Amino acid sequence: MDKKWEQMTADERQEAMFARWASPKDGQGNDIKFNSPEAEKLFKERCARVKDAIQLKKTPDRVPVWITPSMWPINYAGYKVREAITDYPKVAEAWKKFVLDFDPDMHMGCVGPGSAPFYEKMDYKLFAWAGQGVGDDSSYQAIEGEYMKEDEYDDLIDDPTDFFIHKYLPRVFGVLNPAFSMMPTFTSILEIYGVPLNFIPFALPPVQQAFQAMAEAGAEAMKWAGVAFGFGDEMAAAGYPAMLAGFSKVPFDALGDTLRGMKGVLMDMYRRPEKVLKAVERLTPIMIKMGVNTAKATGFPLIFIPLHKGADSFMSEEQFKKFYWPGFKALIEGLVDGGCIPMPWVEGSWGSRLKIMKDIPKGKTLWMFDQQDMKKAKDIMGSVACIGGNMQSSTIGLGTVDEVKEQTKKLIDACAKGGGYIMCNGAFFDHAKPENLKAMVDVTKEYGVYK
Amino acid sequence: MAGKLVKLLADLKESEAIAFVETALEKGTDAAELLEEAKEGMGIVGQRFSSGEYFIPDLVYSGEILKSVVQLLEPKLKGKQGADTKKLGKVIIATVAGDIHDIGKDLVVFLLDVNGFEVYDLGIDVPVQTIVDKLKETNSPVIGLSGFLTLAFDAMKETIDAIAAAGLRDKVKIMIGGGQIDDQVKNYTGADAYGKDAMEAVKLAKQWIGG
Repeated sequence: MDKKWEQMTADERQEAMFARWASPKDGQGNDIKFNSPEAEKLFKERCARVKDAIQLKKTPDRVPVWITPSMWPINYAGYKVREAITDYPKVAEAWKKFVLDFDPDMHMGCVGPGSAPFYEKMDYKLFAWAGQGVGDDSSYQAIEGEYMKEDEYDDLIDDPTDFFIHKYLPRVFGVLNPAFSMMPTFTSILEIYGVPLNFIPFALPPVQQAFQAMAEAGAEAMKWAGVAFGFGDEMAAAGYPAMLAGFSKVPFDALGDTLRGMKGVLMDMYRRPEKVLKAVERLTPIMIKMGVNTAKATGFPLIFIPLHKGADSFMSEEQFKKFYWPGFKALIEGLVDGGCIPMPWVEGSWGSRLKIMKDIPKGKTLWMFDQQDMKKAKDIMGSVACIGGNMQSSTIGLGTVDEVKEQTKKLIDACAKGGGYIMCNGAFFDHAKPENLKAMVDVTKEYGVYK
Repeated sequence: MAGKLVKLLADLKESEAIAFVETALEKGTDAAELLEEAKEGMGIVGQRFSSGEYFIPDLVYSGEILKSVVQLLEPKLKGKQGADTKKLGKVIIATVAGDIHDIGKDLVVFLLDVNGFEVYDLGIDVPVQTIVDKLKETNSPVIGLSGFLTLAFDAMKETIDAIAAAGLRDKVKIMIGGGQIDDQVKNYTGADAYGKDAMEAVKLAKQWIGG
């Protein structure tokens, strides 16, 4: 029998995680039956190609190629976003067509589009989605706000879960308001004395209504997830690995994106810097656990980390070093220790941060860039990390096939030497010419072969 | 004492600026004069941002400080608003239809405002017709369209096409900006220019309007 997880080194955990990735299982834990020996061979080759690109130990056979769309496959399959996110098999059908038509090395699952009925049953406030706050054919968009008030830092730091139950969740889900603010403090349920008192809230009509609504929303979530997981199994059988296990957030972004909003968190850096630092510290192990648990549950090592509020212009270098990077670095190290591959999704421009962010364990991370001088990224980070992305939205959406071909070659020339590069678009997109996506994939498969 | 508030605002000294204004008002200093100083301080903030000394959080913070200062001054300013500073020119700003992102747009509005432009902020997810109507109403010589998502490529193009269809295209300069916007998108939409960041919007407006 293999060594116990707890006794493994980080390197051994990563190898074990990659090995699980290359031997996919379905929801019941049974081995996926590949459609053909060829599909199995392709699946394992694709996992090995990406693994080699990430680990920087051995040059892969060629540059891996991914495509990461937002809602684009839905339109490509002839549907409107609203109809697909209410009728889940249409999302799975669209994603399947997308993967099979363009034949990238991996797929990112079809969880992204989400479930409108679920959000609506819960009266979700943090986002607008097609048909609810934005048009019927739009991707979801965040509605930032102060879902945590400026004077609530101590509550969060003191007990994050209790804060989420009593304050945050009722604010972002209409159906949990006021029910969750009436919940007992669960850690006070210790001994027989007074235990029943803690359960009185469950007799109250608003709480009972909320639990009823959650049961219905949960059933909807299960229906939706069944389709999404079924898609993953079907793609695995056809030879396409899923690239992602799940996601986590840089602690400062969890605070800024989700709890305090852009303006709130930026002001807090001036008005209550010590609280921000404490909150970041408190959220760090929670963010690590979130990533490691998803990787363990799915058997995939890559953890998506969308980067937001530390971008070049969003704060000074001094602020980045003080508020953003320490929590980010700790997150990377914690995930790596848990056998995961952190995959920062570097949205916007972060060129001035590269020299700071290169201080990471070698061969254990994957950085996907949006707008970035990739030659510079390779020079600065190439010796410690795999990089990828950067094919511009404008090029795939508006450019000609020749422009895409040329850009693909340019990226390979700038980044691919010795391994450590994955071809991919730079930002999630809803706008693309199919022939351009095809060109990016085909040129990579031809021009990106390592000789 | 003159100029103290300018410096406090420019250096982002929130509590000191507020305390200073409170004391000055008690001593009978003219509120309009203090407002002018505050605005001068904001101008310096804008300059420091454009020179790379200040970043977005500094801008947002300065806006918050100004808001608190104006709140203190407002009761004393009533009826005294005559001395309005001369504006450089009108600029319409909107996040295009289908897109509800406001952070970038708000920065552009803020910087145009502190740089002396008269800004019409139409908000987010602005229908094509609303923009055309506002253009007709104000005769603004400059429009800035913002969008974060790739769906904005088409919304921007439709907006600019509608401005042309209304016969107004040659009367207005159009700039676009946002996360995925570049020269190729500029050409696709038919805009006159695009800006990589909020300061470029100010540069473009100045170039087109003068000042």
